[in-house]
Amino acid sequence: MAILKTEQLTYTYSPGSPFEKTAVDHVDIEINKGEMIGVMGHTGSGKSTLIQHFNGLLRPTSGKVFLDGEDIWADKKKIRDVRFRVGLVFQYPEYQIFEETVFKDIAFGPKNMGLDEADIKKRVTETAYDIGLTEEMLSRSPFGLSGGQKRRVAIAGVMAMQPEVLILDEPAAGLDPAGRDAILSYIRKYHEKTGNTTLIVSHSMEDIASFADRILVMNSGKIFCFDETKKVFARSEEISQIGLDVPQITKVFDILKRKGIDLGREVYTVGYARDLILDVLKSKGGIG
Amino acid sequence: MSSIISIKDLHFSYGGEGEEVLKGIDMEIEKGSIVAVLGHNGSGKSTLAKHINAILLPTSGKVFVDGIDTCDEERLFELRQKAGMVFQNPDNQIVSSIVEEDVAFGLENTGVPYEEMRQRVDEALRAVGMYDHRLHSPSQLSGGQKQRVAIAGIIAMRPECIILDEPTAMLDPQGRREVMATIKDMNSRYGITILLITHYMDEAAQCGRVAVMDGGRIVLDDVPEKVFSQVETLKKIGLDVPQVTELAYELRKAGVGIRQDILTEEQCAEALSELLASGKR
Amino acid sequence: MLRDITLGQYFPGKSIIHKLDPRTKIILTILLIVMLFTGDKLICLGIGAAYTLMAVLLSRIPVKMFVKSVKPILPFLIITAAFNIFIIDKGDVLFHWKAIKITTGGINVSVFMIIRIVLLVAGSSLLTYTASPITITDAIEKLLSPLKKLHFPVHELAMMMSIALRFIPTLIEETDKIISAQKARGASIDSGTLRERAGNLISVIVPLFVSSFRRADELATAMECRCYNGGEGRTRLRQLRTSACDYIAAAVTVMFLAAVIAADKML
Repeated sequence: MAILKTEQLTYTYSPGSPFEKTAVDHVDIEINKGEMIGVMGHTGSGKSTLIQHFNGLLRPTSGKVFLDGEDIWADKKKIRDVRFRVGLVFQYPEYQIFEETVFKDIAFGPKNMGLDEADIKKRVTETAYDIGLTEEMLSRSPFGLSGGQKRRVAIAGVMAMQPEVLILDEPAAGLDPAGRDAILSYIRKYHEKTGNTTLIVSHSMEDIASFADRILVMNSGKIFCFDETKKVFARSEEISQIGLDVPQITKVFDILKRKGIDLGREVYTVGYARDLILDVLKSKGGIG
Repeated sequence: MSSIISIKDLHFSYGGEGEEVLKGIDMEIEKGSIVAVLGHNGSGKSTLAKHINAILLPTSGKVFVDGIDTCDEERLFELRQKAGMVFQNPDNQIVSSIVEEDVAFGLENTGVPYEEMRQRVDEALRAVGMYDHRLHSPSQLSGGQKQRVAIAGIIAMRPECIILDEPTAMLDPQGRREVMATIKDMNSRYGITILLITHYMDEAAQCGRVAVMDGGRIVLDDVPEKVFSQVETLKKIGLDVPQVTELAYELRKAGVGIRQDILTEEQCAEALSELLASGKR
Repeated sequence: MLRDITLGQYFPGKSIIHKLDPRTKIILTILLIVMLFTGDKLICLGIGAAYTLMAVLLSRIPVKMFVKSVKPILPFLIITAAFNIFIIDKGDVLFHWKAIKITTGGINVSVFMIIRIVLLVAGSSLLTYTASPITITDAIEKLLSPLKKLHFPVHELAMMMSIALRFIPTLIEETDKIISAQKARGASIDSGTLRERAGNLISVIVPLFVSSFRRADELATAMECRCYNGGEGRTRLRQLRTSACDYIAAAVTVMFLAAVIAADKML
């Protein structure tokens, strides 16, 4: 059952002016309930414009967006409810923090939903725990936290609305390796715990390779490919041609393939590469 | 071998009290070299960078750039002309609403006459490949282009060295490639010494020397092949190693005889093909 | 609504008016104001109108743009004109009913005022249409430079203006982004009751302030690193140069002004 679906979705910026630009061009996508999707594309590929249609921040120039089978623009007045059901975390979300305490900032979304105090408190505490913020931090000013912690507060602010679909635009941008791994693993754990549908936008295939069920690659406003992770990696050379980073390890096996050594698999994690090499060596009696 | 930057037992703490951010750094940076300082957030790497052109001054110890003591207020402008700085956020270092005027900003400040300024600005814009954009507004440029404009603004000052404080942290892969290519070009073509502060190991791997910082100290300092072969040390302090280095490390751990100093895809593919070929025997 | 205000927009071009030194343009705009408010004879206004029309045509900017520039002040003009008509009691009475009295004097004043303001707006729009904000800033700095002797911070003022101009597009983009982010958290910014909107405005203003302060701080450091030390001893990449055109334009303008004064005194 598709939770999110688009039909011939098209969006044009400044139509009729000399700056007219079609950012999303007749896109048909179906995303199933509970999936973990990686979204890739270079700057200007239309991926950011696309995801802003999923929660109704942008209204299609033509085409339709369906949430759980219903056209989200069928009743314009209900668009705010769509935003509660499809949570969107922007790039560098820490810049949206404004409240005097971490608690209040996370509570902003739930409060806008009109929940009662007790429910808000429960959600804020739970979400804070899920994303690795301590209870002691909740009463502190968010502006005194480190960059990585602020980012988590901002993400928690959207998670606390308990959306059915959670979309994160470059959640690890600008973080150092440890910060990046922490954020990604919290998002992954949250996905496993709640079984929600999650979309992660990233420039780096490396970041999403290990846990995305399917990967959507956008190029020039169109779908370049949308398939299971390993099938997308099978096209790594084309993907690197449209300006995206392919994991170094995948490139190594592409070189080997060109040299005539085809191990017959798509390799995108170091652990998998190691096992593959060890297997081959063992079968050939090369070790020990 | 003469060093352009010389750091001697540098200690620093904010306000001169509390916990030290830098706990005794000794480092000599050779003229014309390209050096990466790799470290996670809070390792002290940016604090170190800020000492080189006197944005911060040592609590104790000394920093010299081309023989100038950074504490010497009389020679502050001379120092800043010799050691230019590029920052992380491309938007917050561009002063003017026209690209070429931004490149001229430093020259205007130091009173360079018009004719010479015109020539140096055009040269600098050509060097970073932004000459065609000279009359554009910065808001029309991509992040990578903005950083190249910032680099041009430094190049126009004819510096001895450029310190780049996480110049690619806010860029997309395309922008990161552009900036790295420009940095390496400045080093090889003009012999400008480069000090690149970063937390991206793939960028550090492209430099001639990598100094790894952790907890206000330099813990590793060597050529990238040697530094990245310390897979466990790097992982323990929260840094990445190139995937190919990690693969070699993992294979060695499993008892496979493979080189440990692998840094690039080509090296790795070659080592693996040899290994698989020998395995056939 | 902000989109309707055309003042401050710049249309690059290659006309004679575009080529004039921005300093000349500022001075000529001031002379135009003097011209429009000298004399209260119709002929004086006629000369002023002819001058403005000539400049507009020479700029080769579509007349439509000037009409657009006048539009936002139209309601204000109509209301003041109406006040003048009903309040001023001078000359022949044209219409009288109870307390309402319309006189030729009143109509005269109203019509004059409307024409003056329209020409004034068109004339100053011409300045901003044909000179980029940054060159206008430069020109102001140069024109005010004698005030430096009185320790008036001319350079600092101009630097602040040019940095403001530089950051306007950045801040607009940032505001859009923050609004979207808060809307995604269910904030009612473009819908909902007035009270809700006012409350939610804080969620946009605070992040915008925080980020502006951070930007200001980082920019200041970056400027210092590039040897910025105030206006003393600075040279400039952008040179303002006057040419024959500037002198001709000035001469023509002075002639028009002289004609206005002569017409006012003699006719």
